[in-house]
Amino acid sequence: MYHKSKGYRVFYGLNIVFLILISLMCIFPLIHVLAVSFSSASAAAANLVTLWPVDFTLKSYEETLSNSKFLDALLISVVRVALVLSLGMIVTVLTAYPLSKFNLKGGKWLAWFFVVTMLFNGGLIPGYILILELGIMNTLWALILPNIVNVYNIILMLNFFRNIPRELEEAALIDGAGQLVTLFRVYLPVSLPSIATIALFIAVQQWNSWFDGLIYLSDTSIWPLSTLLQNLLIAPDLTNNAIDSETLAQMSEKTIRASQIFIGALPILIVYPFLQRFFVKGIVLGAVKE
Amino acid sequence: MNKGHSVLYFMLIPGIVLVLIFNYLPMGGLVLAFQNYKPWLGIFGSDWVGMEHFRALFSREDSLQVIWNTFVIAGMKIIVGLVVPVLFAILLNEIRQMGLKRAVQTLVYLPHFMSWVILGGILLDLLSSRGLFNDVILPMFGIGPIPFLTDGDWFRFVVIASDTWKEFGFSTIVFLASLAGINPALYEAAEVDGATRFKQTLHITLPSMVPIIVVVGTLSLGSILNAGFDQIFNLYNALVYDKGDIIDTYVYRVGILSSQFSFASAVGLFKSVIGFILIVIAYRLAYKFANYRIF
Repeated sequence: MYHKSKGYRVFYGLNIVFLILISLMCIFPLIHVLAVSFSSASAAAANLVTLWPVDFTLKSYEETLSNSKFLDALLISVVRVALVLSLGMIVTVLTAYPLSKFNLKGGKWLAWFFVVTMLFNGGLIPGYILILELGIMNTLWALILPNIVNVYNIILMLNFFRNIPRELEEAALIDGAGQLVTLFRVYLPVSLPSIATIALFIAVQQWNSWFDGLIYLSDTSIWPLSTLLQNLLIAPDLTNNAIDSETLAQMSEKTIRASQIFIGALPILIVYPFLQRFFVKGIVLGAVKE
Repeated sequence: MNKGHSVLYFMLIPGIVLVLIFNYLPMGGLVLAFQNYKPWLGIFGSDWVGMEHFRALFSREDSLQVIWNTFVIAGMKIIVGLVVPVLFAILLNEIRQMGLKRAVQTLVYLPHFMSWVILGGILLDLLSSRGLFNDVILPMFGIGPIPFLTDGDWFRFVVIASDTWKEFGFSTIVFLASLAGINPALYEAAEVDGATRFKQTLHITLPSMVPIIVVVGTLSLGSILNAGFDQIFNLYNALVYDKGDIIDTYVYRVGILSSQFSFASAVGLFKSVIGFILIVIAYRLAYKFANYRIF
């Protein structure tokens, strides 16, 4: 038994210590930010804070949460996630269901019609010009419409549907149910875990999206939170500030930045436990499909 | 023809319409790489210039540098991003306390879901000249300030290290799954023969992982031109353009910020075509050697 050998037991102990250290390293930056956000501005500026708040205060959160620009952006982000999530889920299911049928005439070609877009795309500039020509520049639609179809999610859903026993569909069809009824009364109820997985993927992805807001919306009052955060946290170092300097100075203190970072990351941290229950299964089922 | 199949085609209409507009139309829009596109003239009114922008792409010093940077950064990310998760999965697989194993997994998967805006904001704070690293942590070891974000070579190191930090945990998932699939009888037989755990790892575990390593490695070749726009854009600055600027950030600055739409489209088209060829080759190889298919 190798478990009993002395060498292995030494290795095992060291391995545990090593893995714990690595795990802590993965959340160290978040803990640090959390500690800074609850510390006094002077302690943070003097780099006295590492993993525990110094001179505990809630001041940075009070300021961030009383900033109307921040709250507006928060609301826009919620609207964006809600719209892309609901429209995206509907289209994903409606598209994946027919494509999952092996006996659909031309189904293979239709599936490739979608998959090709994963292999080749027009890139940034033609996409930008399309938004311009569609006349949805500077509207929230520019952030919503292009994101409704996500071929990766469709393929994932398609593979989930294919794992459902065919007998279920056949039984429903023999009972005289149409395809629509079969989809909504037979397939969807048994696919709830996969639907939850994809819904969480969409929500996280849309919450984190920032670049489209930056290039499509010149009106900063309809920026989603990620775009606003990008401008507050990153862009001050550059010269393309879209926010007036007074607001910027007010928001740029280290502790306030930390509270903004933490609030921006909070929704992800909240859904993460639910996410974790599903994604491992989803990833392994879809193998490395991307 | 099966009864009720027409409704199946109707279901596909919303998806097809959206893909046509938002994915296929921009592909057609790539013709502006061969034009001198002016927004006020439109695609149909702008002059045709043939391959001029591509000649510029391969003769301009900055664009050649950017292509090279992209290869170097993406290549390093692929190699490190393959080795680290494999080793980590093997080490994690040794753990027999399931609670500890789950806790480690929970923590190492987390950074994958954070956006580069959040992580970039944190890293810029930590690594700046007055940040926690240069002001507190490095002095403890007697190391002077390191120009993490202002020196090109250090910047590349930061990019590859932070990308590994963010993604290695998530990448272990497939490897852990393959480890769970190894036949225990193999280990039992080795045990009887008196093989140490290290020998077992070398002669059973690693060879069993070869197929999945080949699949992951081949498929990641398709992203040799994706050096990570979100990450670089949120970490870089003009001081590190020489070593840190990549195709995607270059296209953004040249195309959107300086409105050279046609030249930027040409750069983008070059990237898309190379990427397409590599992905197709990668999928064919993965299919041939490991019977991997998308659907």
